[in-house]
Amino acid sequence: MPPMSEYLLLFIGTVFVNNIVLVKFLGLCPFMGVSRKIETAIGMSAATTFVLTLSAILSYIINSWILAPLGLEFLRTIAFIIAIAAVVNFTEMVVHKTSPLLYNVLGIFLPLITTNCAVLGVALINVQDQNNFLQSAIYGFGAALGFSLVLILFAALRERVNVADVPKPFQGSAIGLITAGLMSLAFMGLTGLVKV
Amino acid sequence: MIVAILTISLMAGLFGLILGYAAIRFKVEGNPIVDQIDALLPQTQCGQCTYPGCRPYAEAIANGEAPINQCPPGGQATIVALAGLLDVEVLEPNQEHGEHHDIPLVAIIDEATCIGCTLCIQACPVDAILGSAKHMHTVIADECTGCELCLPPCPVDCIDMVPIKQSIDDWKWPLPTLSEEIVHEH
Repeated sequence: MPPMSEYLLLFIGTVFVNNIVLVKFLGLCPFMGVSRKIETAIGMSAATTFVLTLSAILSYIINSWILAPLGLEFLRTIAFIIAIAAVVNFTEMVVHKTSPLLYNVLGIFLPLITTNCAVLGVALINVQDQNNFLQSAIYGFGAALGFSLVLILFAALRERVNVADVPKPFQGSAIGLITAGLMSLAFMGLTGLVKV
Repeated sequence: MIVAILTISLMAGLFGLILGYAAIRFKVEGNPIVDQIDALLPQTQCGQCTYPGCRPYAEAIANGEAPINQCPPGGQATIVALAGLLDVEVLEPNQEHGEHHDIPLVAIIDEATCIGCTLCIQACPVDAILGSAKHMHTVIADECTGCELCLPPCPVDCIDMVPIKQSIDDWKWPLPTLSEEIVHEH
């Protein structure tokens, strides 16, 4: 078992250095889609964090306990998709029952997470990197935190850009994409933080 | 091949069972927010909020169609409680919908003046007015919520709102209501 510091490095590396959105370019659809207002961005972040962590753990269990012993690794994608869809559905029901207010805030974002490529991406990267159980969980949670961080920062930027004097050809999505590109560049600057 | 089909089918079946159980276990009937709002409203069913009763008003608030300050019988305490529940700002009571009275009022019909037009019977949301056409009407004081809705339709202005006089016979401990201070503390 690797020492504790390695887990910490993995965590920080996942949040800042190998950021799921800005470096690995996964989960771009919610990144562009729900970053118009900071409240919705926070709601989406919370839902994604929960689902991503849970589905990373579940995917690891399915892969190493069911698929690998039976030699069925080629079914990974479809099996992970089933697991993610089930987790998202289950989460939606529980949230609807226990916290109607949160359910109203999250609204359409909960089902949308099913099609968030970051969730499947994290599950597949975990397999690719041969992460163990704890590493998978940390990677899932770290990726979710990285996603939340970037999404909320981006939403804050967009709220300010909205009131700025943007040249006409750049208005709307164009300036959003440029902002995202600049953020990606800025996050490249963190590469030296952790050697992964 | 068979193993692959079986594995995927079993997994899908298992998830299906879990979700099916969860759908029953976590079933949500109606809109729970509406229930919570409805529980905070005073249930006078007076319609002063322009909605036909407390529950329709609760639904309108839940859908974001109505502001929370249209309930005169509830007064400021209800507004503060609703604001706390929905996490919105406390508003001043909207005077257009009527004034809040600290002392409960009851409608009294001046029976000598009443012409028996039945207009106030139709206006009363709680069926507290008794009478028939061309005969004088009277108010069942116990049922009257003091909402004043019978005042505008009366063509001869024979209805008065009077404070309920308390005697030793009908004095009760006041109901525990949410005061503004308590709501603020939470």
